[in-house]
Amino acid sequence: MHHHQGAHADAAIRIDEGKGRFSVSRATYTDPALHAAEMEEIFAKCWLFVGHDSELPKANDFLTRTIAGRPVVFLRDKAGTVRCLLNICPHRGAQVTRQKKGSAKLFSCIYHGWAFENTGKAISIAQAETYPPDFNAAGANDMVPVPRFESYRGLWFLNFDANAVSLHDYLGNAREYIDIVMDQAVERMQVVGEIQEYSARANWKMLAENSTDILHVETLHPTYLDLIRTNSEGTIVRGRVQGKSIDLGSGHAVVERVASYGRPIARWIPMWGEEAKVEIDAIYARLVKQYGEERANRMAYSARNLLIFPNLVINDIMSVTLRTFQPSAPDYMEISVWAIAPAEEAGKPAMARRLTNFLEFLGPGGFATPDDIEALESCQRAFAASREAPWNDLSKGLGQAPDATDELPQRLFWLEWRDRLMQRKAKQS
Amino acid sequence: MTRLANLTRVEVEDFLILEAALLNEWRLEEWRALFTEECRYLVPNTNGDPYAPPESSLYLIADDGHHLTERVKRLGKKTAHAEYPHSRTRRLVSNVRILERSADSLKVESSFVTYRASQGVTDTYYGRHEHCIVEEGGALRILEKRTILDMETLRPQGRLSIIV
Repeated sequence: MHHHQGAHADAAIRIDEGKGRFSVSRATYTDPALHAAEMEEIFAKCWLFVGHDSELPKANDFLTRTIAGRPVVFLRDKAGTVRCLLNICPHRGAQVTRQKKGSAKLFSCIYHGWAFENTGKAISIAQAETYPPDFNAAGANDMVPVPRFESYRGLWFLNFDANAVSLHDYLGNAREYIDIVMDQAVERMQVVGEIQEYSARANWKMLAENSTDILHVETLHPTYLDLIRTNSEGTIVRGRVQGKSIDLGSGHAVVERVASYGRPIARWIPMWGEEAKVEIDAIYARLVKQYGEERANRMAYSARNLLIFPNLVINDIMSVTLRTFQPSAPDYMEISVWAIAPAEEAGKPAMARRLTNFLEFLGPGGFATPDDIEALESCQRAFAASREAPWNDLSKGLGQAPDATDELPQRLFWLEWRDRLMQRKAKQS
Repeated sequence: MTRLANLTRVEVEDFLILEAALLNEWRLEEWRALFTEECRYLVPNTNGDPYAPPESSLYLIADDGHHLTERVKRLGKKTAHAEYPHSRTRRLVSNVRILERSADSLKVESSFVTYRASQGVTDTYYGRHEHCIVEEGGALRILEKRTILDMETLRPQGRLSIIV
């Protein structure tokens, strides 16, 4: 089956350098067999984002999440170690906890009462005397951890492939861009409040494409641009976006460009007032002192849309957001969104500015994100015509110097997708 | 002042029914006019404490008067793609209770179900509204509206592009 799907994946991308054309088959967004192959070759083999360190502030805190369809418990155990266990009872398979979040030293299964420490260690099984004496020998009935679980700068990822490269190596050149986000905090970034959970009736790959797509901003989000123009009393001038798309390897890509909106760190706009200007100037001065003028300028005045293949977006734009999406069918994905902020902003006006900026654009009630969802769902509806109109076009900027509004990040995503489905990655390692 | 003090539940209910009718009919500027100039329109996240301060917690919508005016302007444009063509909506408002009554404001709770139909799909939103109602120039006005969703997540609705 994999060989068969590999052939399909190979035929799904058509590149004609001479004519400057890069095309992707629309069947890739609708075909259930390709979806099954993606779950196997991508979601069971790539590093997938689970959550942020700060979501588990205390020992025994836990959160339940669904990653690549699997129920997991993301927790900090009694000794403070962050873990990720499959949320399935080793006995008969019930979810060991059915709570969304909480604090627990022990998990006790509702079905037959098997109980576990929050390290996953089984501490009691029902009527133990009716089993052989060594039945509960070391580890025999423990909860199963995810095969690999590693973190970078507070971001925790799992991998269902025990033989995967390290997270550090997987992130590769993308680490620099994670650093430039995390370095904005004096000590550390932390999650603000709870995550937003929404969805789209669209194939997951479209959100991967959309999240680093700057080309659509003028056409899809004019109502957001109207808002920020009103906020800035006409000081924002529309024009060609200054910046570039960058290949970070392994399907990861970033678009870095000059921001046109206020940034909590650290680009002041008049609407924030003079007091805020003093604060923003102080933040900028700290960045210069800590990182030098050039990097400080990049941190403050540039925006970044970063895609970590396959399904983590880190957008350091008018606010900082983490976004991940889990496909459950070719035409449906569950989307989760985090707001992260420097810990030192807690309780300060800076946090209110950051959250206002966030909600002006982002999330299911923002002035822009609902239009992205609409566009993705519109594509999905139209893909019903794929038999007669089979190709999506991603040619913009092919063979030219990378520009911020190129479709380079999307092409890189698809080339990685094809390599993974054809199992070229497996052959290399 | 006397009007608020003597306002009956039925009169409050009439006001909420009028509000729902304006939204159902996409008469959004008239709907905005039901609010005071400085006001709040809040939709807390489906996760977490619905009364956490919006200045330090991630909401779904946390409009002040300026942003509410801008939201109404947005929804009046053909470029608000998520809502153009306009979805068809129907709001049912019920279980109205006056929770608190002071000299200059009323706190009113109501339950709601809102249906939104667009592009062949119908989505349902449900929960409760908490209105803080004041009197301004002899008319009832909304100082704050907090819409607390009962859904566990915004799945499969995927968006909050209408005023529920």
